[in-house]
Formats: sequence, C-alpha cells, structure tokens
Amino acid sequence: MGARKNRFARRRFGANLLSLNRKLTDMDHDLTTPEPALARPPTVWEIFGGFLGLGLISFGGALPLARRALVEQRRWLSAEKFTDLLGLCQFLPGGSVINLSVAVGMRFRGVPGALAGLLGLIAGPSLIVIGLGVLYEHTQNDPHVRHLFAGLAAAAAGLLISMAVKILLPLRHKPVAALIAALGFIAIAIMRLPLLPTMLVLTPFSIYIASRKAR
Amino acid sequence: MNDTLISLAVIFSQLSLLAFGGGNTILPEMQRQVVDVHHWMPASEFSALFALAQAAPGPNLMVVTLVGWHVAGWAGMLVTSVAKFGPSSLVTVLAMHAWERCKDRPWRRYAQLGLVPVTAGVVAASAALIAEASNPTAIAWAITAFTAVMAIKTRIHPLWLLAAGSLIGLTGIGQL
Repeated sequence: MGARKNRFARRRFGANLLSLNRKLTDMDHDLTTPEPALARPPTVWEIFGGFLGLGLISFGGALPLARRALVEQRRWLSAEKFTDLLGLCQFLPGGSVINLSVAVGMRFRGVPGALAGLLGLIAGPSLIVIGLGVLYEHTQNDPHVRHLFAGLAAAAAGLLISMAVKILLPLRHKPVAALIAALGFIAIAIMRLPLLPTMLVLTPFSIYIASRKAR
Repeated sequence: MNDTLISLAVIFSQLSLLAFGGGNTILPEMQRQVVDVHHWMPASEFSALFALAQAAPGPNLMVVTLVGWHVAGWAGMLVTSVAKFGPSSLVTVLAMHAWERCKDRPWRRYAQLGLVPVTAGVVAASAALIAEASNPTAIAWAITAFTAVMAIKTRIHPLWLLAAGSLIGLTGIGQL
C-alpha cells in the first residue's frame, strides 16, 4: 500500500516537472497564505525610497527580496497581482526586477512613478559598482589584488554556470526545446553569431513549437 | 570621444530591446561588441568588470554601468545607463495595458513558453564565454567548478561563494 502510494507520488512528481513552466504561476498562487489588506497607494517618493532600499540590499538576485518587500512588508501589491506583473516583466526584454520597478511605479503614479521606481532601483548599485571600479583601477597592478580578482572572477563565472544549469535542467525531458537551446548555444558561444539574427530565427520557431504542443 | 558615446548609445539601446529572459542573455553580445568589434578592452578585463558587478548589490546587469564608465567616464556611464534601461522600460510602460487586455489569449502563454528554450541556450552560452575568458589557470577553473556545484547543490548565499573564491584567489596558489 505504502509502496503503491509512493510510486503514484513519484509519477505525479514527474508529471509536475514536465509542466512546471506552465504551473509556476498557479503554484505561486497556491502557496500564498491569506493576506492582510493592502496598504494605501504609495507616493512617488515612497516608490523611489522603496526601490532604493531594495537595490541596496539585493545581493545575488533581487527577485525573492522584491516579492517580500512589495507583497509582505510594504503591502503595495497582492500576491496575485505581483505574480501577474512579474509574468509580464519576465516576458518583456530587460531585467525582470528592473521592469518590475517600472511597472509598479507606473501602476500607482504613472510615468513619474515609473521613473521613481527605476531610478531608485539603480541609483545605489550604480554608485557602489563605480566605487568598486575606481578601487579596481587604482589597485589592479598590485599582485595580491590581481590574485583576489582572479578568484572573484572565477567564482562569478561559476555562479553564472549554476544559473545556466538551473534553466537547462527542466528541458531535459523535452527533446525539441533542448534542441532549440542547443542551437542557441552553438550559434552564440561557438559560431559567435550576433544575438539579433539568432533570436529572430530561433524565437518564432520555438513559439510555433510551443503552440503546436499546447493544442 | 563623441563617437565613442554615440557607439555606446547605439549598442546598449539595441541590447536593451534584445534582453529577452533577463540581462544574462545579452552578455555574449555585449562582450562581442565591447571586445571584438570596438576593442575597448580585452576579454579578460570584461570578465573582471562582470565579476565586480556581480559582487555589488542590485539588479543583475550592473556590469552595463561599469562598462560605460570604464570606456568613457561619467558621460559614458550616463549614456550607457539611459540607453540600456530606457528602451526596455518604455516597452514595459507601453505593454502594461495590452498585457491586461490579453490575459486569456492563448498566444500570451505560447510566447512565454517559446522564449524559455531560447533563453536557456543563450544563458548557457553566456556562462561558457565568461568562464573561458575568466579562467586562464587550472586553479581558476577549479574555483569556477566548485562555485557552480555549491550553488546548484546547496542553498548557500551567492555572496559567500564569491568571498570564498576571492580568498582562494588571494592566496595566489596556482596563479602566475
């Protein structure tokens, strides 16, 4: 009895993995507990301040923190609205959190709000990153600093590889999707083709396949 | 100088509109433009800037700001930032209403699903190119492999992994 249940659970897990992409949105919804009422709409300055804080504390990816700040702490958005806006922001070109700062600002205060969200998010990190750049240029001839940066660069490359693996793993049971990913890899990394023609060829093909499969 | 600023504006506004699936997809194209086409810096320097930006807080692609500053100072930083963040933000503003209206149209989901494999392939290419450019020595490859495995297998914070890599680097073991 226990074994049968286990097998059933495993089969369901496999099925879930296959449709993970489609289900992410629903899952996100299911996981949220009943939420407290929303706060009043933020002013332009509150939007700027909110995203300034988010930009300064988000090391290694701002997305989980963005959700906590916007939905749980500041209560500007319901969990459902957050997921919907995020879907749009991930779909459009540009970093998803950057687009999110624009979308949230736009939603509450129009274009001034959108500007406030975007500037708030990138102001702090821009200054910090340039401070690091100045430090690097002044010290890069010191052998210790050079060694340290070599280690830092190697670790940063490792993080990027881990992200690529996490995006690629769900494709391993989808031969056509995996083939499209492989073609993209070969075009960019091996043939060193420009991004625009590569995307113009692969994306419509990939969307066509997705629509055929869903039917 | 002015030509440089114009080139920066053209390159990064184009990249801004191509960055489907987040910033990492445009890393190879940025590297190609900055290193191979315009010769503003060698590939190793580009990787060093990328690493610096990863160590800083904030959204994913602060290397953009840093590249602009490195190539043309504060003016370069300003031009690059506006070019990189402006066009995609404008698209977001314009798309919000349309997105709301098309909530239940099937194409919305097909487009989302269809972009996933393309993004995956391009991000993998990013990782390969950056790893190749950052790793002249065996010890650097070892740090990269260690960091990648730890980031996949554990929930350890990325900042600790960057710190660990820097410390191993600082010892100078296996480096020239």
